[in-house]
Amino acid sequence: MIDVSGLRKVYQDRGRRVEALKGVDLHVREGEIFGVLGQSGAGKSTLLRCVNLLERPTSGTVSVAGQELTALGEAELRRARQRIGMIHQHFALLSSRTVAGNVAFPLEVMGVGRAERSARVAELLELVGLADKAGAYPAQLSGGQKQRVGIARALAGRPSVLLSDEATSALDPGTTQSILALLKSLNRELGLTILLITHEMHVVKGICDSVAVMRDGLIEESGGITELIARPGSRLAAELFPLPAPEAGAVTITFTGRADEPVVSEVVRKFDVDVSILGGALEEVAGVSAGRLRVRITGDERDAALGYLAARDLLVEVAP
Amino acid sequence: MTWEEMSPLLWEATGQTALMVLWSTLFTVLLGLPLGVALVVTDRGGLLPSRLLNRVLGLIVNVGRSLPFIVLMIAVIPLTRLIVGTTIGTFAAVVPLTLGAAPFFARLVETALREVGRDTVQAAQAMGAGRWTIIGRVLLPEARSGLVAGLTVTVVALISYSAMAGVIGGGGLGDLAIRYGYQRFETTLMIVTVVVLIVIVQLVQTLGDVIARRLARH
Repeated sequence: MIDVSGLRKVYQDRGRRVEALKGVDLHVREGEIFGVLGQSGAGKSTLLRCVNLLERPTSGTVSVAGQELTALGEAELRRARQRIGMIHQHFALLSSRTVAGNVAFPLEVMGVGRAERSARVAELLELVGLADKAGAYPAQLSGGQKQRVGIARALAGRPSVLLSDEATSALDPGTTQSILALLKSLNRELGLTILLITHEMHVVKGICDSVAVMRDGLIEESGGITELIARPGSRLAAELFPLPAPEAGAVTITFTGRADEPVVSEVVRKFDVDVSILGGALEEVAGVSAGRLRVRITGDERDAALGYLAARDLLVEVAP
Repeated sequence: MTWEEMSPLLWEATGQTALMVLWSTLFTVLLGLPLGVALVVTDRGGLLPSRLLNRVLGLIVNVGRSLPFIVLMIAVIPLTRLIVGTTIGTFAAVVPLTLGAAPFFARLVETALREVGRDTVQAAQAMGAGRWTIIGRVLLPEARSGLVAGLTVTVVALISYSAMAGVIGGGGLGDLAIRYGYQRFETTLMIVTVVVLIVIVQLVQTLGDVIARRLARH
């Protein structure tokens, strides 16, 4: 649905040269929620703004819904953008317009007639649960309500893709959850493909199907979220399950979707080893439980025990 | 001077001031608003960046603002003759008043438009809005409270400038104060004129504040 390849963005500012994107490839499948996770300054915001060409990439191509945006002229690009929704961290609503007026704005841009516009606005406000706020001004709304208006506005042109620029970063935890739930349900019910950028792990954990971890203008790793966690040396797993630096010889076992299997007691029963638990973390990720357990395994049959664990399809990493 | 003698003079002068200020306000907006918009959109990172155009417009505005009004009034006499056909009288004063106030208003428009958040403009771009749509439906409406406040300040400045219009026979309250109050030692008339000016400025400012505040409430 979204294909980005070889994307580079270099800013020249008074002789200073900043390379915000250093060759980024990104493939977002239709109907999935794809999260780009990274600290501020990692380049994720630039990446997102390159997807609808708010920023012109220095080189590389961007295609959305089969259309290569980087090849379009200005008028065509404007039309293509009408089919790509975007929501913003600070909502970016028009303070001089009512809620209904804000949602109507993209329809005006598209040249939709007045009668159809007001019908569509009512429908959209119903969808985001703000039907009773049509006449209110943004200043009278809470942050969560403002973002709902932003979402309704972004959906006005019936987009196939929604871009989310830190949409929940300015919201409190409870409101964040309700906005994420709304995005998830739009994804499920409308088949909306969502590309979101965030610096918050719980956003990725909560709603993303796939994730890319960004750092210093490059994507460090990307893929399906459960698949990524099970990959050796995964940064995502390290951030998701924060454990202290391992002592020499410590064993870290990562499991996805099988948190209830009694692997530790099995190992102790089958092999002549002692297992002591050093640390662990369990998270609900993409609808399944995943976790990481750090143990010390001692005894004569240590190697056989490690082999048994690895054969059980668990990711077993031994600290040097 | 008795009240009966002063009254017609005051009425006439107030009428002339009102005429000068109203017409020059109209032309100031027609000239200064596009100029202010142009200053913002041609700037670096604007909707239509053009370093050259931005520099030129900035220079014009600064030249206009650096001339003392009394000098400007004399300097533009040839232009006034070209536009109005005469260089003296109330209407002739509208030309220098407009030229004096438009650059000032343009700067205030620029400031008001810059208050509109960058992300608001980018959100409109992301929705596929073109430049003119963004100027007409995002920038100007979002800045309307600041624009009204700027216009109020400009009208007050115009009232003050118009007091100098006596130099080119424009008449008005300032002219009355100088000719009668100062040159003929009619202290009472001087005081009354000053009071009338204060009341007018007060009314304009209050009205402007009320409108600006009402627009800013949302």
